[in-house]
Amino acid sequence: MSKTLRTLLALAGVFALLAALVAWLNLRDEDPLTGATPASSPDLIARGAYLARAGNCMGCHTERGGAEYAGGRGVPTPFGTIYAPNLTPDPTHGLGAWTGAEFWRALHNGRARDGRLLYPAFPYPNYTRVTRADADAIFAFLRSLPPVAQPNRAHTLQFPFDRQAALAVWRALYFRPARPDPDPSRDTEWNRGAYLVEGLGHCNACHASRNALGATAGPLDLAGGLIPVQNWYAPSLASTREAGVADWSDAHVIELLKTGVSARGAVMGPMSEVVSGSTQHLSEPDLRAMARYLKALQAPGGDTAPAPEASAASTATTALDTPGARLYERHCAACHGKSGEGVAGVYPALARSRAVMMATPANLVHMVLEGGFPPATTGNPRPYGMPPFATVLSNDEVAQLLTHVRASWGNRAEGVSALDVTRYRAVAPR
Amino acid sequence: MSLSRTLLMSILLAAGMARAAPAIEDSMAQRMQACTGCHGSQGRAASDGYYPRIAGKPAGYLFNQLVAFRDGRRSYALMANLLAPLTDDYLREIAAHFAQLDLPYPPAQPPQAGADVLARGEALVTKGDAALKVPACTACHGAAMMGVAPGVPALIGMPRDYLNAQLGAWRAGTRRADAPDCMAEVAKRLAPDDISAVSHWLATRTVVPGTKPAGALPAPLPLPCGGVAGSAR
Repeated sequence: MSKTLRTLLALAGVFALLAALVAWLNLRDEDPLTGATPASSPDLIARGAYLARAGNCMGCHTERGGAEYAGGRGVPTPFGTIYAPNLTPDPTHGLGAWTGAEFWRALHNGRARDGRLLYPAFPYPNYTRVTRADADAIFAFLRSLPPVAQPNRAHTLQFPFDRQAALAVWRALYFRPARPDPDPSRDTEWNRGAYLVEGLGHCNACHASRNALGATAGPLDLAGGLIPVQNWYAPSLASTREAGVADWSDAHVIELLKTGVSARGAVMGPMSEVVSGSTQHLSEPDLRAMARYLKALQAPGGDTAPAPEASAASTATTALDTPGARLYERHCAACHGKSGEGVAGVYPALARSRAVMMATPANLVHMVLEGGFPPATTGNPRPYGMPPFATVLSNDEVAQLLTHVRASWGNRAEGVSALDVTRYRAVAPR
Repeated sequence: MSLSRTLLMSILLAAGMARAAPAIEDSMAQRMQACTGCHGSQGRAASDGYYPRIAGKPAGYLFNQLVAFRDGRRSYALMANLLAPLTDDYLREIAAHFAQLDLPYPPAQPPQAGADVLARGEALVTKGDAALKVPACTACHGAAMMGVAPGVPALIGMPRDYLNAQLGAWRAGTRRADAPDCMAEVAKRLAPDDISAVSHWLATRTVVPGTKPAGALPAPLPLPCGGVAGSAR
């Protein structure tokens, strides 16, 4: 046997082993597809409807202005756009032909009825932690919806991300099926919060950074990250310098998730949709459990370093004759106050605001360019809005304005450049 | 320090704080600061810019537009993102708020086209073009062109660029109304030159003070319109 042939055979052997490993990693912890779908009942459907809210399934599986749960909304990713499919019981386009076991496999293992591997834009790395009983309830609810004969849209992914083999390798590297794993050292409430935040709530689909292949460090990572393509920064839930709530009262956390506004801050941007589509519908005990879990989160490196204390000097140097100060006076002061003090419950204070001082200015730029309303919720049905300034202010002006805000009234954060503004200016419908 | 001096000091302090704090009222006008940046103070944008006036437009029409922006039947990312987190109930209240504003209109813009273009525009608006199967604009939008409550909008008092953009968007399918989409039908029957003529002439019309949207259609609509309640056959 020639040396070349031996090498080739060895390589083929290694490749076959790797392929087998990838295949095994992709198929582990799969339950047999046998077993009858549990009988439906009004109670089960109601519980499923509630859990579908907790998972905000509709957020992706309903197109803007489209039929509920009939799919069609695109999730933009750096690898292309992934279109959420039809979840109504239509036999051709939806889940009409699915069994409970197949639905469970999709949620728990990320595989479709026909065996295809699913893209993790469908957050099964989180949903894998959902119990079978909850999956069955959600399935019963989806089966109770009116069927909508709306065809699914094909994903528009670039090569090689459009290949199942590539997805199999990704899953082998980054996806582990998991079961709910209550921490016996914590009480029921904390464990319920963990179940909701890490599982159905899939908070870390946004609140974590992603590597070059789009993977987070796992469902427990809530250290914040830039949302791909949208370029809003989902702040760390573990750091009180960002959106951590360790020093908030339970009531304020619950109020924020229930109504979109609280005495400690309001939600804006992509989080609006989470509150209006999901958390405002959750029960008080579940929100309390989530608050409990979120309050106990700790930043990996510790979060004890105090925020930079405003010195008298930095307050005193709040210059009034810079272009940024003049822009603030003209466009912002009427609502946010001459000294960034805001109006309680209506316009957020900008002075000593952690949202203003976060390292990345992404959200500030979005806010100035696009304006916005907090979500209209049952608890806050008539929110106050902020106008978009994209058509009024140039990139330079936005940079001057934000640099001023980030250095005034006790704020101390790096300036914002016109280049930063350019990066976030492209306004696309969310 | 005497009690009266303490009181006086407190009042002065409170007054000083009250002056420093922004004057925020619990009103729709205050809530709608998000709109007036582009649509003008109180939503009364003049015809010299791009953005349309919204003050005094029929409530049903405004509500349909808000929903259309939110749900993707009209395409403008700033509007879509602004409205995304709002409910139908709130959009209805917003529409009602701007509809009930009764504010004066500024004079129209001077003509920007020749007499022949303006004549063609006037003919299309007031008489239509039977050969093109284009009804007169006034057949639906009212003889005063101020719209018909609750679903048909005014055509005058707005910038020419905005009118052009809307007719073009209807023609291209990027602006849509509930089916049957009568305006899409009409816009597709109009050539670009005709659209331009219509916009030119409409932009020269000054709103007569005190005119409001008509209360009822002058006659049955020449073609069915999904956005106008009761017109779909």
